[in-house]
Amino acid sequence: MTTPTQTEALPDGVWAADYVHSTIGFAVAYMAGTFTGTFSEFEANVDDGVLKGSAKVASIQVKDPNLGAHLQAPDFFDAERRPELSFVSSSVQRDGDKVRIKGEITIKGHTEPVMLSGVITAPMADPYGGTRFGLKLETAIDRTLFGVSWNNPLPNGAPALSNDVVLTADLQLAKKD
Amino acid sequence: MGLLAISGSLRRASYNTALLRHAVELFAAEGAELEVYCALESVPPFNPDVDAEATPVAVGLLRAAVAKCDGIFFATPEYNSSVPGALKNGLDWLSRPLETNHMRNKPVAVIGASTGGFGAVWGQAELRKVLAAIGARVVDGEVAIGHVMNRFDEDGRLNDPNLEEEMREIIRDLLAEIDDRSPEPDTLAAA
Repeated sequence: MTTPTQTEALPDGVWAADYVHSTIGFAVAYMAGTFTGTFSEFEANVDDGVLKGSAKVASIQVKDPNLGAHLQAPDFFDAERRPELSFVSSSVQRDGDKVRIKGEITIKGHTEPVMLSGVITAPMADPYGGTRFGLKLETAIDRTLFGVSWNNPLPNGAPALSNDVVLTADLQLAKKD
Repeated sequence: MGLLAISGSLRRASYNTALLRHAVELFAAEGAELEVYCALESVPPFNPDVDAEATPVAVGLLRAAVAKCDGIFFATPEYNSSVPGALKNGLDWLSRPLETNHMRNKPVAVIGASTGGFGAVWGQAELRKVLAAIGARVVDGEVAIGHVMNRFDEDGRLNDPNLEEEMREIIRDLLAEIDDRSPEPDTLAAA
């Protein structure tokens, strides 16, 4: 087993997410299943080994427009005052294709430390004459730490919506000149 | 700064409406104008079909009043542990269309009064929940005025200085919320 080191973490240079082939999303237990959503507007890049990303709250995609409207309201993300979620890494550990990225995430104006974990692919030549690599990451957060605390009781009195939310990022990062 | 006051009671001698009339003075002391909306009784039962065909005049007037105000101050009684039907009905009209309704991000505050001892606390909680669900920016805080029939002096003002101070506090919180929502001067200059 190799010892994870910072030096072999993320590829050198500047890389930006290929928007079409990347996805940022969330999943949260709701009633008897899992509710999921994605962000249609986001940015992510790796620059000198630092991963940064942001997503527009107004771009949240869910299947019900009424729910979508509720998610924009102060009850949830408060898009008017807090239009973006963001992440910036502080350190990266890598062991083969496994990667752990420590950093801070900001949601609704609250910043908390998080650890993203997932897999990374080696840079490869793409069909467009460029080079790209993949990062597939996830982390779990307690949404109430970020002031997103809405809930409703089920008939048995238990809360309908979990406080634990899984955030996911499936990124293809293309090398910039 | 102009705000709208909406009472949850249609009763002619409503204590909650009387509280709002008193609140007009308290808002004025803070440099804000509070207009008491008195037409809730004219709003018909919420029916999306009617809204799609021809929005009733009373609904259009209510929506226009909400659209132009900077914030809303509610005073509500509690009927059967919840929000009075007429008020909920008005909010149902105001909530549509949900994505773009005029309540979205509107700063609001809720107070309440009852002739019983609890000051409509459950009705207020239900009202805050409804307001949040339709996108309003609900100010934290509660003023619960129990035994309200004993709380006014002969001029229609609260006779309890502590309760009046609670009213002033929630009014200041509401006005601060409106100030926070106002665009920064730099934003205005750039627009």
